[in-house]
Amino acid sequence: MIIRQLSVFLENRTGRLTELTGILSENGINISAFSIADSTDFGILRMIVGKPELAEHVLRQKGFAVKVTDVICLIVPDKPGSLHHALGILSENDIAIDYMYAFSSAEGRATVVIRTAVPQAAIRVLSQHRLELVQAGDIYQI
Amino acid sequence: MIWNRQYECMEREELRKIQGERLSAMVSRVWNTVPFYRQRLQELGIEPGDIRSMDDLPKLPFTTKQDLRDNYPFGLFTVPQEGIVRLHASSGTTGKPTVVGYTKNDIAMWSEVVARSLTMAGVTQSDIIQVAYGYGLFTGGLGLHYGAETVGASVIPISGGNTKKQLQLMEDFGSTVLACTPSYAAFLGEAIIEEKIQKENIKLKAGIFGAEPWTEGMRTEIERLLGIKAYDIYGLSEIIGPGVSMECRCQTGMHIFEDHFIPEIINPDTGEVLPYGELGELVFTPATKEAMPLIRYRTRDLTRLHAERCQCGRTLVRMEKCVGRTDDMLIIRGVNVFPSQVEAVLLEMSETRPHYLLTVERRHNLDSLEIQVEVDESFFSDEVKELEGLRNKIQSAIGSMLGISSTVRLVEPGTIERSMGKAKRVIDNRTR
Repeated sequence: MIIRQLSVFLENRTGRLTELTGILSENGINISAFSIADSTDFGILRMIVGKPELAEHVLRQKGFAVKVTDVICLIVPDKPGSLHHALGILSENDIAIDYMYAFSSAEGRATVVIRTAVPQAAIRVLSQHRLELVQAGDIYQI
Repeated sequence: MIWNRQYECMEREELRKIQGERLSAMVSRVWNTVPFYRQRLQELGIEPGDIRSMDDLPKLPFTTKQDLRDNYPFGLFTVPQEGIVRLHASSGTTGKPTVVGYTKNDIAMWSEVVARSLTMAGVTQSDIIQVAYGYGLFTGGLGLHYGAETVGASVIPISGGNTKKQLQLMEDFGSTVLACTPSYAAFLGEAIIEEKIQKENIKLKAGIFGAEPWTEGMRTEIERLLGIKAYDIYGLSEIIGPGVSMECRCQTGMHIFEDHFIPEIINPDTGEVLPYGELGELVFTPATKEAMPLIRYRTRDLTRLHAERCQCGRTLVRMEKCVGRTDDMLIIRGVNVFPSQVEAVLLEMSETRPHYLLTVERRHNLDSLEIQVEVDESFFSDEVKELEGLRNKIQSAIGSMLGISSTVRLVEPGTIERSMGKAKRVIDNRTR
């Protein structure tokens, strides 16, 4: 249930993001989720992709600094209070979140990508409360 | 091993006597053959007979790079064109290039001092030396080449650049010695790792690096990457090229071949000669050079000289690694800044690599210094606060080293241009 997220260092420079998406597109790599954390002069792009190994390889080849981090992807109903409920479980169990980003899809569900220092513990408590987590196989394409 | 025991281990008093004789003969020679020098000596009321020993050296005027430009191309030659067998020129970043000429004897002397240098690094006829300094107008390639042939080593005259070929020949021919600029050595070391070449296929044992400033940290890095002992060689084309001085195995400074190149340290502002051990501008008088001997040439390099006998047995003075060049030095908000200081800071921090670029700007009459540092995968964190923390750490380390504040900007790996020759570390936009 641990999902491999790719983080890429990006300079704040016009066209740089387009170069990256171009490389993924040429290699037929689908992006399931992404977010950009930015500071004044650089950004960190975080994304969940269909073929993480291939994406890591081709981006490295093109000179990007790439880091793979483990995250979990939580699925919650797309309605008021559901995120609050899930986060409440984590905080009750003293599980700190380093960062997170979310997106909702057409089927009335939302996916929340969570980065924590203790992903296994997070998986355990969330599963105990019958919350749904994305399986690696659901995202990765073979 | 010592190539020329007679001169390299000579008693200092005897050496000084020989230097005096050579100086005196050289001054007479330029008086008779170089109108520029005759006029300059006449202006100071000096005649050749006044210069009889080393004690008279401080009476002589200095020669500067500008004097070389003013006498472009052949104005300082002491022999007619028929006597010149080689011309080299340094890249003229400002104005005309600096031209130097060599007679047959000059080439022989140059080969001898480079042979002495290579011997210091343990090079013998059993070695295969890959000369990856640029061949051509630059003195690096041909200088090392002739010296290595004099020693009897097998020379691979591959010149600079073409990294794939460098690595291929290094493996296939089994090069044991590499000669190039330190930045290119580091670049080749990284390329070996990237190309996943097996360590046991690289037979290198020593490297002879020079032509640009480098730090002890960079030495450690190169030694680690290439698995060699790295030696520092010093020279400048105006004096002869590489082989003016070289480190022995003790690595406590570079021995200057004083029987040919008479060194002095002066206060760059006043021209006053400073005693051994004091920091100042290095000045050379290449007394035995035939085609283009210079009187007290100001190198613009800042260093110290030490005259105590070295453990290797040589009596030749040792010069420290240059702190910087008077003309590399940036004056930012009134503070002297050398790129080598920034490099030293980066190499001391385990998270960074020595790829950097200094940009100086002037906005509203205030100088600002920006330092671009490449983010390396090994320390790239995907958290903004960690990267910002690293940036602040570099910023404050550089600030305390330089004594002025700067802005550190993290850039993507590979964005700072790698050099095949001399690395470009500074962009000064204030002068534009």
